This record gives sequence, C-alpha cells and structure tokens, in this order.
Amino acid sequence: MAKQYEFPSKGLPYLLVLPQMIVVFLFFFWPSAQAIWQSFFLQDPFGGRVIFVGFENYAKLLTDPDYWASFRVSVLFALAITLSSMAIALFLAIQTNKKIRFGSFYKTMMIWPYAVATMVAGVLWLFMFNPNVGVIAWLLKYKMGIDWNHLLNTKQAFLLLTIAASWKQISYNFVFFLAGLQGVPLPLVEAAAIDGAGPTKRFWAIIFPLLSPTTFYLLIMNLVYGFFETFPIVHQVTAGGPGKSTQILVYKVWRDGVINLDLGGSSAQSVILMIMVIGLTVFQFRFIERKVTY
Amino acid sequence: MIEQRKSARAFPHIVLWIAIVIIVFPLYFVFVASTRTSADILAAPMPLYPGTHFFENYGRALSEGAVNLGASAMTMMKNSFIMAMGISIGKILVSLLAAFAIVFFNFKGRKFCFWAIFITLMLPVEVRIMPTYKVISDLGLLNSYAGLILPMIVSATAVFLFRQFFMSVPREIAEASQIDGATSMQFFRTILVPMTRTPIAAMFVIQFIYGWNQYLWPLLITTKQEYYTLLIGINRMLSGADVLIEWQIVMATTLLALIPPVLVVVIMQKQFVAGMTDTEK
Repeated sequence: MAKQYEFPSKGLPYLLVLPQMIVVFLFFFWPSAQAIWQSFFLQDPFGGRVIFVGFENYAKLLTDPDYWASFRVSVLFALAITLSSMAIALFLAIQTNKKIRFGSFYKTMMIWPYAVATMVAGVLWLFMFNPNVGVIAWLLKYKMGIDWNHLLNTKQAFLLLTIAASWKQISYNFVFFLAGLQGVPLPLVEAAAIDGAGPTKRFWAIIFPLLSPTTFYLLIMNLVYGFFETFPIVHQVTAGGPGKSTQILVYKVWRDGVINLDLGGSSAQSVILMIMVIGLTVFQFRFIERKVTY
Repeated sequence: MIEQRKSARAFPHIVLWIAIVIIVFPLYFVFVASTRTSADILAAPMPLYPGTHFFENYGRALSEGAVNLGASAMTMMKNSFIMAMGISIGKILVSLLAAFAIVFFNFKGRKFCFWAIFITLMLPVEVRIMPTYKVISDLGLLNSYAGLILPMIVSATAVFLFRQFFMSVPREIAEASQIDGATSMQFFRTILVPMTRTPIAAMFVIQFIYGWNQYLWPLLITTKQEYYTLLIGINRMLSGADVLIEWQIVMATTLLALIPPVLVVVIMQKQFVAGMTDTEK
C-alpha cells in the first residue's frame, strides 16, 4: 500500500494517541502486569499480609485434580460448541446461498440471534428446560420418559450449556460462511458441473477448499468464544454445577478470585489463560500469513 | 446454468423453515410467558398461546420490577443504554484519533503505539478481571457510569478498521487540503471523518451490541440497584428458589433486554455484516 501523506507536526500526534494510550495502559497493561505479579504471591484475604511464594501457586494448580477437571470440561465444551455451531451454520449458509426466493428474509432470520446477549441466550434455554416450569422439560418427562433435571444430572447440564451457547453462535458463523460462499467464483462451479460433478462432489472438491480461510478463521474464533466468552451462560444456567462438573476455566478464575478470595491462585489461572490466548492468536497469524488458500 | 431438479428446489426452503422455527421458538415462548400470570407458568405446562396480562406485566416490570429487586426495568434500561452508548461512542472517538495519528503523522514511538494497541487484541477482559476491578476500585469508580464504561473502551479492532480505511484514502486529498491552508485537525474534522461514515456506522452497530450485552463486568462492579443493567437485574431476579421467581416479570424484562440490540442488527444489517467481515482482516 502506498504511504499516506504525513502532516508536519511535532506535538499533535502525541496528543491524539494519548486517550487511547491512557486507556490501554490503565485497563490493559497495568492489570495484566498485576495479574502476573500477584500470581507469585500468597495473599491473606482479610489482612495485608503478602508472602512471596514463587511458582507455588502454579505448582498447586497443576497438581490439583479440580483444575484438570475444569480444563477438561472447558476443552470439551469449546469443541462441542465449535463443531456443532460451525457445521449447522455452514449447512444453513449453503441453503441460503442457493439464490432462492425470500433469500434476504432467511438471512435476517438467521442473523438476529447474534444480537442476543450470551447471558440472555442462557436464560431463554434455561426457561424451556427448567425442570419445574419448562415446556421442553415437561415434554421430555411426560411424553418421552426422560427425567430432565440439569441441576442434578451432569450430562444434561453440559448438553443444555452447549445448546444455549451454540444457538447464539450459529449466527456469527453464518455471516462469515455466507460471505465466503458468495466469494466463490461461479464459473468454477459451473465448469465442474459441466464436467459431470454432482452437487456433493462439487462441494467437497471446489467449494469447501475455497472456503478454508473462512473455516480456519472461524475455528479459532469459535474456540476463543467457547473458552472465554461463555462465562455468562455458565454463571446463569448451571453456576458450574452440578457439583463442579461444568466449571469451565473462566468460571473457576472468577469463583476463586471473587467468591473464594484466593487472589494468588486466581491470578495464576489468569496468567495460564493469557498464555493460551496468545498461543491461539499467534497460531492464527502464522496460518493467515501462509494463507490457507488454493 | 447448473441443473436443478424439482424436488431439489423445495429442499432449502424446508430446511430453512425448520431452522427458523428452532431459532425463533425460544423467543416466542418467552413472549407468551411475559403475557401470563405467575400461576399459569407454575402450573406447567404453560399454554403455548399468549395470555391477557401483557400490559399488566410490562407495566409492573417497567415501573417497579420484580419483588425485592429494588430496580425497575426503566432504570435498568437507562443504565444499559448509557453503558452501550458510552462504550460505542467512546471507542469510536478514541480510536479515530489514534488511527489518525498513526496513519497521518510521523512521530517517534509510532511503531510502539501501534504494537501496544495491537496486543490488546489478544486478551479478553475475562482473564484480567480481578486486577481491573482493583484499578477501578482504587480510582473510586465502583457503582458509577465511568466505571462501567472506561475499561471496556480498550479496542484494537476499531483502531485497525479505521487505520485500514485511512490508508486507502488517496494521499492527494490530504495534500490538497494542506495546500489550501487547512490545518491537520480541520482536515480531520471536515474531510476525513465525513468520508469515514460507513466504517463508523459499522463499528457503532458492533460496539453498541457489545456494550449492551456486557455481563461479567457490571456483575462485578455494580452492587447498588440504581446502577444495575438489565442483564444484572435478570440475574438477580433468577437467583432464588424456583417457586419464588416471578417468571412473568423476568420474561418481560428479558424481552426488553433483547429487543434493542436485535432491532439495531436487523435495521442496520448491511453495515453490521460489512463491519464484521471487514475487521476479520
């Protein structure tokens, strides 16, 4: 890209970036540094006593079966959301892209859940599956013989969280898949059709490979969503329960820090999460540079 | 043209209608609940058609809220609105200025500023929540609008979107304005910002929804009822024994929390889709 024209000025640019810099330092770098710093200390929640403990907080975490259970359920949860919402969104985007009548109506109907807060998505599904008043819980119990109670049954709790979180995420994936599909050059698909490739063959041999940059981007974004942005659903729908069975990592950071006031342990968990996100992001940029295109 | 069998033509419609039913049903169910009495809902299963208590329930939700909540949906809506507008306008202003400096000026530390902003892209608020809480509490901003808004203004996406756009502006335009004797700030105000209105609109839609839907942060820093946002109010109303929950009021409040951002997306769908897929790069 050509270089942009540059105004001759010494002081002004500093003044212009100042607000952004203040916000970034005050609410990003300072807290992040604090988290790293605190992760090396043990704090007495009721007094000012602070003891340097080195890597003890980390060692405690890594030998804590609770932490590994939390890790495991986070990975499963993120994978379940990513796979189900991406597969459904891709399927729906393909149907919408077929140049059918009412196409824009369908598109709007698929997109609006994006605007629904993650927490509200949790409430919507919680209400339908509530063991006492929910319509679906009632149907399951009296018409299908399944005793639904996600407050007692760990598998049901996990399933309910996955449904609520995926329901919201489908619209995000849909927007990107549809944009990706619209970018597939039609002559290519037509040429394959003339050569006798059926719809299934055309999809796997031409359309899917051309979509791979979109798919890859969404894969990362969905994992990040499943890992970090599902706190509201977990907090509202199961509160990590029954027991600690749906306590995902982000929820554990919150519970250990805010409820149990274990600042050192909570900070150590934050730092591990930071490393994970940085890892994911770097991985993503590496791939985008190499361009997953054909 | 590609071949199309008759049966193949109906297929997408059938599939999409099934999807629409699944997507819309939870919303319909909430609406029905918000028009019924507590007794209707507790005597499960609730009938699947609207009741007659629409005005009563919404009236109560808006004027006083559920029993023991201590905050009306009117107040909470105002708070959610102030938070959403504060975050989106704040982000856009701060990011426009920063992007302007980074693209149109050559100054020491430009690279450093760019990377300092860039790196914020990586870490979601969720992972640095405790220390951020400490900062806000030290600044005395718990239970305040500034406390709700300021930490959420950190945004690399807006800076990148504007930076990308600014770099694509033909350099002759800035040169010409300079020759005509305009100062850089006049150029910014009268030429650059008006040119940027499409990306600004796109950013506004995305950030408004982001702000309106914030949950973890207000949950931490609002302990006084007068600063509850809608989502916090809903959470408080639901944290009690099932029989004590006034579902009809909760559901009315849930719809009030859901409608504004959904309307923004539906009305500004074009800008929204463009904004989403542009920030990807």
